[in-house]
Amino acid sequence: MASINPANHGLRLAVRYAVLSIIAVVFLFPLVFMIMSSFKPDLQLLQDTGSLRAFLPVGDLSFENYREAFERAPVWTFVKNSIIVTGLTVALSLFFCSLAAFSFAFLNWHGRDTVLAVILATLIVPFETIAIPLLLLVSKLPWLGMDGIEWGWLNTYRVQIIPWVADGLTIFLFVQYFKDLPHELVEAARVEGASWWQIYSRVVMPLAGPVLATAAILKFLVMYNQYLWPLIVVQEESYRPVMVGLQYFFQLNTAWGEVMAYLTLITVPVLIFYLALQRAFIASIASTGVKG
Amino acid sequence: MATVKLTDVRKSYGSVEVIRGVNIDIEDGEFVVFVGPSGCGKSTLLRMISGLEDITAGTIEIDGRVVNDLPPKERGIAMVFQTYAIFPHMTVRENVAFGLTINRTPRAEKERKVQEAARILQMEHLLDRRPSQLSGGQRQRVAIGRAIVRDPKVFLFDEPLSNLDAALRMDMRMEIGKLHQKLAATMIYVTHDQVEAMTLADKIVVLKDGKVMQVGAPMELYHEPANLFVAGFLGAPSMNFIEVVVESVRGGEARVSNEALDPIVVSTRGRPFADGDHAILGVRPQYLRPVEDAAGKLHGIISLTERLGSETIVEVALKDGKPLIAALSEDRVYATGTRIGFDFDVGKAQLFPREA
Repeated sequence: MASINPANHGLRLAVRYAVLSIIAVVFLFPLVFMIMSSFKPDLQLLQDTGSLRAFLPVGDLSFENYREAFERAPVWTFVKNSIIVTGLTVALSLFFCSLAAFSFAFLNWHGRDTVLAVILATLIVPFETIAIPLLLLVSKLPWLGMDGIEWGWLNTYRVQIIPWVADGLTIFLFVQYFKDLPHELVEAARVEGASWWQIYSRVVMPLAGPVLATAAILKFLVMYNQYLWPLIVVQEESYRPVMVGLQYFFQLNTAWGEVMAYLTLITVPVLIFYLALQRAFIASIASTGVKG
Repeated sequence: MATVKLTDVRKSYGSVEVIRGVNIDIEDGEFVVFVGPSGCGKSTLLRMISGLEDITAGTIEIDGRVVNDLPPKERGIAMVFQTYAIFPHMTVRENVAFGLTINRTPRAEKERKVQEAARILQMEHLLDRRPSQLSGGQRQRVAIGRAIVRDPKVFLFDEPLSNLDAALRMDMRMEIGKLHQKLAATMIYVTHDQVEAMTLADKIVVLKDGKVMQVGAPMELYHEPANLFVAGFLGAPSMNFIEVVVESVRGGEARVSNEALDPIVVSTRGRPFADGDHAILGVRPQYLRPVEDAAGKLHGIISLTERLGSETIVEVALKDGKPLIAALSEDRVYATGTRIGFDFDVGKAQLFPREA
């Protein structure tokens, strides 16, 4: 092999960093614009929009927009609701979808492939097409609560969580990952006397870190960005999630500064979640790339 | 420890029958090797004994009990896989103890058994490592350790050495041999490597196309192969097959010859031949002795020589154009293109009917 020319190597590195920086800037611009605007009064915000000033902390900066945002809407209630709904859905989804995928990948049962095909087919059905039938269904479902059986799930957390727990994409991600795991690991565990549950919990899931992270992030984004479904099933403010809460800032007069302040606030949990899982997420993308 | 008995065992995938009526008796403490070419069904048969694969018909008994419908864990077996199948997220100790942990074995007893297995396999210093920190040979040792700690009635090995390099394979082969002597357990071992089969086995089962071709002790199969397939499969280089014509048959002996072979009289070993039959004469390359002046029973022209140091492999084109391989136990230069003659002990030659 030819030796690497240091000057050449340096140039290549510089080009690489330049390209990456441009890409980073493109992705960061909206975030920077949002954060900067959240500190500016409406008039200045609109004036700055046409120039680079929109991305700079210049002019009359204050926390006024934040104060007014909290006055206009119960921001913390919305954030709390979104975290509860998203957190529980992600956790339940990872559990049930991985369990279903385990069955598709490792167990032999009659009609398995057909059922999997049907589940995958649901990927092409847009949610909007089933929203109304689903609404009718959940409005009549029973629930065993503290006060006995109640009918109808509207205006609850569960109506925002349970319909979203199982989905074709998450199951598909797990099935693909499980199928790539060496089958002998499962067979060895069977010979050693492990039950299917023990194989799932002690052998397969401890090796599923990358796919868990991927599925968690994808599910988190879907759930945190939920708008249509909570809009139609939740009328009570105390159960509303953040995206529905955004509507509060477009009633009567639109205060853009407050919108930006609100958006900045509700972006924070997303960033925290992504930063926590990004290493595993990248590892997962990298490993699926290698496997092809 | 236990006996294993397979009676008319069959396996089909749809209309394709891959195991076609296998009968095998395995004695307590015996080391049995299933050997055969790729796709002969040897691994499938082992997996059927383990319970990882259902059987379509027949019965499998372990220790006198029919296990057809029992899951693997209730069969009293332990299995070592070609790919080791050790759990990458567990340490060696956790891997070896996996079955014991699953069975809720008391901690002290578990630790004692793990230590005992580690001592037998000389891997005490590896117990706290992860599989990624181990070499291929060490990983296979862990897999064997996991089998040992459970005191199984039967050990099953599915091509355990195929992923190792040649030198390591020989070491591990010897270790498995010693392990069998030490544990005196019933072991069933699948391989396509005839050296492993010949060196390890008390009994070899040669399989082809899902059928048993011959069962017997290694030397019995080597010296008295039941058919052309076994004769050609065991031994390296392969046995020479020379097409001959039976001139006459008398009292269990046949007089045969061909263009390149002077008439010789060989035992028919009870196989039926008639005058004028076409037959195959089998002569192992090791039984051929070169004779001076191109005399001897077989003659031809040297087309290739391979010097291995300990022996010399000579390929000869016979008069009828067919190749003949001789493995000569001396290091000597044979010039390509020269005439050579061979002699051999007719008592060691085999005569087979020509297969249709």
